Amino acid sequence: MKTKAFSLIIICCVFQTFMFGQTEGMVFIKGSRYLPLYGRDSTVVEVKDFNMDIYPVTNKDYELFVEKYPKWQKSNVIKLFADDSYLANWKNNLELKDDQNSNSPVTYVSWFAAKAYCECQGKRLPTVDEWEYAAMADETTKDARVKPSYNEQILAWYEAPRSNENIIGESPKNAWGVYDLHGLVWEWTLDFNSVLITGESRKDVDKDSDLFCGSASLNATDLMNYAAFMRYAIRGSLKAKYSMKNLGFRCVQDINQ
Amino acid sequence: MKHLKIYFSVFIMVMALASCNSNKTEKISDELTGFQCPMKCEGEKTYAEAGSCPICNMDLQPIEMQEDIVIDEDGISEESIFNLTSTWNTEEGEEIQLEDLKGKTLVMVMIYTTCKAACPRLVADMRNIEAQIPKDNLDNLRFVLVSIDPNTDTPERLKAFAIENFMDGEQWTFLQGTEASVREFANVLAMKYKQISPIDFSHSNIISVFNSGGELIHQQEGLGVDNKETVESILELTQ
Repeated sequence: MKTKAFSLIIICCVFQTFMFGQTEGMVFIKGSRYLPLYGRDSTVVEVKDFNMDIYPVTNKDYELFVEKYPKWQKSNVIKLFADDSYLANWKNNLELKDDQNSNSPVTYVSWFAAKAYCECQGKRLPTVDEWEYAAMADETTKDARVKPSYNEQILAWYEAPRSNENIIGESPKNAWGVYDLHGLVWEWTLDFNSVLITGESRKDVDKDSDLFCGSASLNATDLMNYAAFMRYAIRGSLKAKYSMKNLGFRCVQDINQ
Repeated sequence: MKHLKIYFSVFIMVMALASCNSNKTEKISDELTGFQCPMKCEGEKTYAEAGSCPICNMDLQPIEMQEDIVIDEDGISEESIFNLTSTWNTEEGEEIQLEDLKGKTLVMVMIYTTCKAACPRLVADMRNIEAQIPKDNLDNLRFVLVSIDPNTDTPERLKAFAIENFMDGEQWTFLQGTEASVREFANVLAMKYKQISPIDFSHSNIISVFNSGGELIHQQEGLGVDNKETVESILELTQ
């Protein structure tokens, strides 16, 4: 009896540490297989279970980060890791410009900075496949890509100006419980450089004909998903040290087995 | 000297901690031995034995000494690839950091050994470039081939590839990293790649030239393109 109670307590403790600490501010995304717009050999990809940040990283979050890691402050960041527009909307190393909102997603951050931010929290950037997997959900369905309303909504956002200045959590969460995958900013992914659909890849790539612009979209698996095509296209045009006004990020975490 | 090394490794450890990098930071002592004029009258030219510089007559200094002096926070420029602190395995089975390649002009390319289409041509391009460099300049030059496929390309495999392709000389170095370090390095080169099947990658074909401080000087894109500019930039750097 005693040992039973003891083991129960142990289990509770283990369970609790697992529930908290690990997943604060994150939601569990159940992995699966799906057919992305661009996958390996245009076949289904497998996404393992992972936790994803509920919100994109905000200016406020980033302020705490640069306070703790001065190396990533505006004037200290080295040129290899970020271009000149890094944190262009900040007035100094530690503060945002007055007209910026601390609850807006952080932008003007490079891939290196985003990656370091996540690593410093014991997390990482999501892969393209993971991001697209979580982002194909709408408010009620986990794969809403077939619904006309899903695409219309995203495309409406692509047309809306200055959405990066809005604050997080204002639009409804998706079926996973994640906010703002669409609607505010584009987001960095770990392997954004794995997509070869830029102009330069026409001459670079051994498989050029199927990976260049127009022909690329013809080769894509789902012609209806024009919004996703735009995302892949923009990823293809990025370089890791770019810092852009409408590009932020969020982190994910592997599930410890 | 020993003490210096210890201080140096402690410094590296601290730096790595500060940058919150979880990579292992074991610093393997430099293989570089040789002597060099402290004024660098002849650029990066090195001598095998102690003596004096033929131009300014100053005593030549061991290169290791200089490395220790130069390396401080400002020893590496902001744009230098030596800011990357990841650890790599060479085809000889040694563990190195990119910084260990400091002091030589670097010609770098990313390939994978199971590649059938573009890589053999890229490798041919590299050999073609090497053939146009005079023997004297080769001492100051390293050709570095970084594997995109760290899971398959073990040091043994890279060594075999090197021998097979007549690239086993001193001036050739092959590197195996981890998926993360390769991704980061590719991003520094603005190089794109994607695994399209278990043994195949789609990738951009870029040959990059770095100066002895690790700064990117020139990039050549495409296969079998005119490499005149690349060769010129290498010659300029290794003079």
